[in-house]
Amino acid sequence: MTHPFTLGPAHLIALPSGALHWPHENLLIVSDLHLGKSERLARRGGALLPPYETRATLQKLDHDIEATTARRILCLGDSFDDLTAADNLAEEDRLWLTRLMAGREWIWVQGNHDAGPAAIGGTHRAEITLGGLAFRHIATAGTPEISGHYHPKARLPGSTAPCFLIDTARVIMPAYGAYTGGLWCDHPDLAALMQPRALAVLTGRRCLARPMQG
Amino acid sequence: MFPAPLTHWFDTQGWTLHPHQLDMLERAQDPSTLLIAPTGGGKTLAGFLPSLAELSTPTKGLHTLYISPLKALTADIRRNLRRPVEGAALPIRIEDRTGDTTYTQRRRQRADPPHILLTTPESLALLLSYEDAPRIFAGLQRVIIDEIHALAESKRGDQLMLQIARLETLAPGLRRVGLSATVEDPPALARFLGPATQIRQADPGPDPDIRMLVTSAPPPWSGGGGKYAIPAILDQIKAHKITLIFHNTRAQAEIFFHNLWLANEDLLPIGIHHGSLSREQRERVEQAMVAGSLRAVVCTGSLDLGIDWGDVDLVIQVGAPKNVKRLVQRIGRANHRYNAPSKALLVPANRFEVVECQAALEAVRAHDLDGDPRGPGPRDVLCQHILATACAGPFDATQLYTEVTHAGPYATLARPNFDACLDFVATGGYALRAYDRWQRLMIRDGKWTLRDPRAAALIRQNLGTIIDIETLKVRLKNATLLGEIEETFAASLTPGDTFLIGGEIVRFDGLREMTVQVSRAPGRAPKVAVFSGTKFATSTQLSHRILTLFQQPDWPNLPAHTAHWLQLQRDTSRLPEPDRLLLESFPQDGHEHLCIYGFAGRNAQQTLGLLITKAMEDQGLAPLGFVATDYATLIWGLEPVTDAAPLFDLATLRQGVETWLAGNAVMKRSFRNVALIAGLIERANQGRRKSGRQATFSSDILYDTLRRYDPDHLLLKITHEEAMRGLVDFSRVEELLTRIGPRIDLIRLPRVTPLAAPLFLEPGKVPIHGSARDRIAEDAARQLLRDAGLD
Repeated sequence: MTHPFTLGPAHLIALPSGALHWPHENLLIVSDLHLGKSERLARRGGALLPPYETRATLQKLDHDIEATTARRILCLGDSFDDLTAADNLAEEDRLWLTRLMAGREWIWVQGNHDAGPAAIGGTHRAEITLGGLAFRHIATAGTPEISGHYHPKARLPGSTAPCFLIDTARVIMPAYGAYTGGLWCDHPDLAALMQPRALAVLTGRRCLARPMQG
Repeated sequence: MFPAPLTHWFDTQGWTLHPHQLDMLERAQDPSTLLIAPTGGGKTLAGFLPSLAELSTPTKGLHTLYISPLKALTADIRRNLRRPVEGAALPIRIEDRTGDTTYTQRRRQRADPPHILLTTPESLALLLSYEDAPRIFAGLQRVIIDEIHALAESKRGDQLMLQIARLETLAPGLRRVGLSATVEDPPALARFLGPATQIRQADPGPDPDIRMLVTSAPPPWSGGGGKYAIPAILDQIKAHKITLIFHNTRAQAEIFFHNLWLANEDLLPIGIHHGSLSREQRERVEQAMVAGSLRAVVCTGSLDLGIDWGDVDLVIQVGAPKNVKRLVQRIGRANHRYNAPSKALLVPANRFEVVECQAALEAVRAHDLDGDPRGPGPRDVLCQHILATACAGPFDATQLYTEVTHAGPYATLARPNFDACLDFVATGGYALRAYDRWQRLMIRDGKWTLRDPRAAALIRQNLGTIIDIETLKVRLKNATLLGEIEETFAASLTPGDTFLIGGEIVRFDGLREMTVQVSRAPGRAPKVAVFSGTKFATSTQLSHRILTLFQQPDWPNLPAHTAHWLQLQRDTSRLPEPDRLLLESFPQDGHEHLCIYGFAGRNAQQTLGLLITKAMEDQGLAPLGFVATDYATLIWGLEPVTDAAPLFDLATLRQGVETWLAGNAVMKRSFRNVALIAGLIERANQGRRKSGRQATFSSDILYDTLRRYDPDHLLLKITHEEAMRGLVDFSRVEELLTRIGPRIDLIRLPRVTPLAAPLFLEPGKVPIHGSARDRIAEDAARQLLRDAGLD
């Protein structure tokens, strides 16, 4: 069901939901939640998408936190579709998020969509190093590193799904948010970042690993 | 009445007008006319004659709007009209406006419209969405809709009729003319065109010369494609000038074309034409046809409409025509001259299709056309129309509602249904009222208007009801473009698989940035090319004719092999009857079988297979799989069915279809179309896809979200209505079970029957286990890891 692997000193577990669990640090990592996306699109005069993605994403996160009993949560950037979206979160959703944050250490790493502190609790950081691993929104040369941003996705016969990209130095996280598209994992931008023998681990009902290339 | 210069020019050309053309001139002032004329009957000219007459005295501004379903047709018509106009030196400016028209030209047309504008429904939608639409159309006198029978079968027609209603508001007194090929129900088409439409029928011309192609070898027991008939077909090509060979699917056309060339020892010039080929390839074939350098073209519905491709003197239909009306329209493509009989041959692809072809022949001779009546105008199209109307300027809801009900397909639209569409467009129509601040439309000074006028540009980009199926380009390593295949087909390929495209066998090497990379693999056996294109289902009327034909005491009209087969079925079991449902139950190959002769068409038989196996599962009958054709569903499993009645309870099936449907891929596909047309999601334009931005995401996610959080949403209702009529076709399951009532005959037999035997050879078997998908993906993932040395 899950996909356990090691990165540098860390024993990590990729979950089928698209979250990454680090039991030793009691840490749950999620990336690219894009909360408030439908609100932002509507505000900008676009289509009025079903306004339920924030609660769908929170529901998934709630479930993962409960299942892993993680006490520390790290959101790896683009947690909000923009800072106004964070301000405009529906009261019900804001309360839900507050409830999830209560009694837990919560770290917001900023992304390109939500650069700057949002008016919400927790620690806000540009990037952070924990237990020998670097965490930032967009991948850099500094490894071992876990990042997000690209929303990688991959195919297998009969299915297409967001995926983790994993090699011996780097993990690129799938987008965790409900309304998020993706970049095919064989895109040159991703190929340039990852080692040739990197794995794409598809999310869904269970984790399925395949080579990233080919 | 008719201007002298034009009469003179006609005389010098030696042209005489047909009676129906004169008739159209005499009735030029009628508010709405539907002209039904056979192919080659000069119906387009008939439509234009009153305009030419009225425009012979100089006028200013747009007088006549001509709408055709095909871009290519507008260019054709413009050339054809220019001859009489220039020949008679009439002061008439004629221009076309399509997606291909340049930006400068389109700007100029808005500022200074021509007398006659030739366009398509999509370009008209765009034109009507501009603020200056009232000025452009103020003086419009006549609108001519060509090939209206084709438009009326799709949402393009519904959209067009809404636009015509709009035009009538902008130009009161506007006269409408619809031009149509032969149709089964002229009054229904007349209602579609508008209230008080007068029907004019041209002389239908002589009956076609249509027969079944007799071959020395009998057709095979199952399958499609007509490969067995290739030698006989080659003989026919040699005996005629130009032959069109129609197939029902692109995949079959490809396979047939490939086999035809393998047998084409005389190297006759033969081309192929279908919608999956690249535009350049199609244009090459079209030009070669016009130039007369081809002897035959293997084609699909992409050649069904309008344009005169040259001197076609024979039409061959391979595979049962499924639908008599389409057959008649295809036959009309031969001998494109008025009053000359068209010549056509039917080639049944298998033994059962011999019966179906015979039934179709009898229907053509009896002038008994078929067609399923269309329901009321779909509401996703209405949503788009409301949005487009708002782009042009503020509107009053009640006035727009009244205008919409003047469009034929929406004549019976109830106000609450209109209001639901307006609410969806304005607020999203969600149970959670999240967008009060960001409504798309809002009321200002009592009128509905765009909240953000800048949104108009984006809305205009998304107008239209033609949904491109997501396709991927197929290229060789050296980047040569071979054509396109559907994304779902591409997703099912693994490297090394072979398939046919453009008559070539290619090997799938991999997917690179949304391109299917292949290399040529001549000599390899192709994996069956399944583009999962629309499978036509046999029409209700044709199915009924087949069942009636079964009741004859003997079959002198059928080839001996087929008559013998039916007699054998009658002796060992029974032949299906129109008002009863025949079920056969028998053991074979170690499994129990149930054969359901519903004659409800492929889609409905498929749905029936899914629902009945579900019910069998619940009863512990352990079904293993099923296969469906247009006439029967064959189910196999571990236990025999001894009591059929509980399986066929309509209420239970109806409930089953509700639960089964909701999570089905067919529903997601229907939802995507509805969401695109209604304006919930934007079209993925090619440029954005190439740049690989993460902005677009699958409509499946929206579908699942709506189902979970807002199950009564308008778009889910529309999706449901569509699927039940279209791909799921539960309407025909309902029709079948209502018609037969309790008259279900379950016959227990010791072994497979003659009529059921071909079903064992049918491809497309559906296994019954939900976990199949996971298992296939897991196996493939493991194999890929192993191949890459990563396991």
